[in-house]
Amino acid sequence: MLTLSLSHFLILGAILFAIAVVGIFLNRKNLIVLLMAIELMLLAVNMNFVAFSHFLGDLSGQVFVFFILAVAAAEAAIGLAILIVLFRNLKSIHVDDLGSLKG
Amino acid sequence: MDFQTAVFFFLSAILIFAALRVITARNPVYAALHLMLAFFTTGGIWLMLQAEFLAIALIVVYVGAVMVLFLFVVMMLDINIDRIREGFWRYLPLGAVLGLLMVLEMGLVLGSKYFQVPLAEATVPAGVSNTREIGALLVTDYVLPFELAAVILLVGMIAAVVLTFRGVKKSKISNPNTQVFVKAKDRIRVLQMPVEKD
Repeated sequence: MLTLSLSHFLILGAILFAIAVVGIFLNRKNLIVLLMAIELMLLAVNMNFVAFSHFLGDLSGQVFVFFILAVAAAEAAIGLAILIVLFRNLKSIHVDDLGSLKG
Repeated sequence: MDFQTAVFFFLSAILIFAALRVITARNPVYAALHLMLAFFTTGGIWLMLQAEFLAIALIVVYVGAVMVLFLFVVMMLDINIDRIREGFWRYLPLGAVLGLLMVLEMGLVLGSKYFQVPLAEATVPAGVSNTREIGALLVTDYVLPFELAAVILLVGMIAAVVLTFRGVKKSKISNPNTQVFVKAKDRIRVLQMPVEKD
């Protein structure tokens, strides 16, 4: 009889994290999908936090996830703003075009 | 397999499918939409872990705000997909080996008997509100980090506005005061000239 245990949730988080790492390898030229892969990584980490928080009966983990969500939202906003400025200046978001530091 | 386990595996399958589509979708719009699906499914899994507040916060904040931001940006940018996709699969062997290695290692550690705590042993007693408990923690033990999070959000907002602000648009304005006080002689000048005869 298969019963749900802590390791199920942790392994699911590990699989998500590995998928995000593979995504960074595949989409190394596409800045938008790179940002999305980072969001996936944060999601995997949050999954571990929530699972441990539930199984340890300690709500601090969930409060921490709340803070991670806040920081991730700020990070996404600033990252996308940088992306927009980049696109305005270069007319492209191809990583190969970002080689020069010229403004 | 009881109902809870079935729901967990169903949601996990959707989550992993959505994550795989995020990293392999050709069009970034589809990637963003699948990321939305991934967040939504994660909300469901967190509900199984009795983290109701975070599940709702994830759906409201991520699916409602951050992913819509992503979608707006993706639609605003003019992306040359063919150029971005060239050599897409070249690093797949390296990435796949690395990813499988990570999953294998983590699986060996996390699948050990120390982590085999059944879900049934860790249930929150009835009548305890997850939202109320987190709220109480946020304004007592974690009040300073809470304020700090607010400051971080404010800084992020200001940074995003400053980065994308293009300066005041120069518009052609007319001053009504000078328009009223203008005289006919300011606009037209009558010249006295001798008549020319040929």
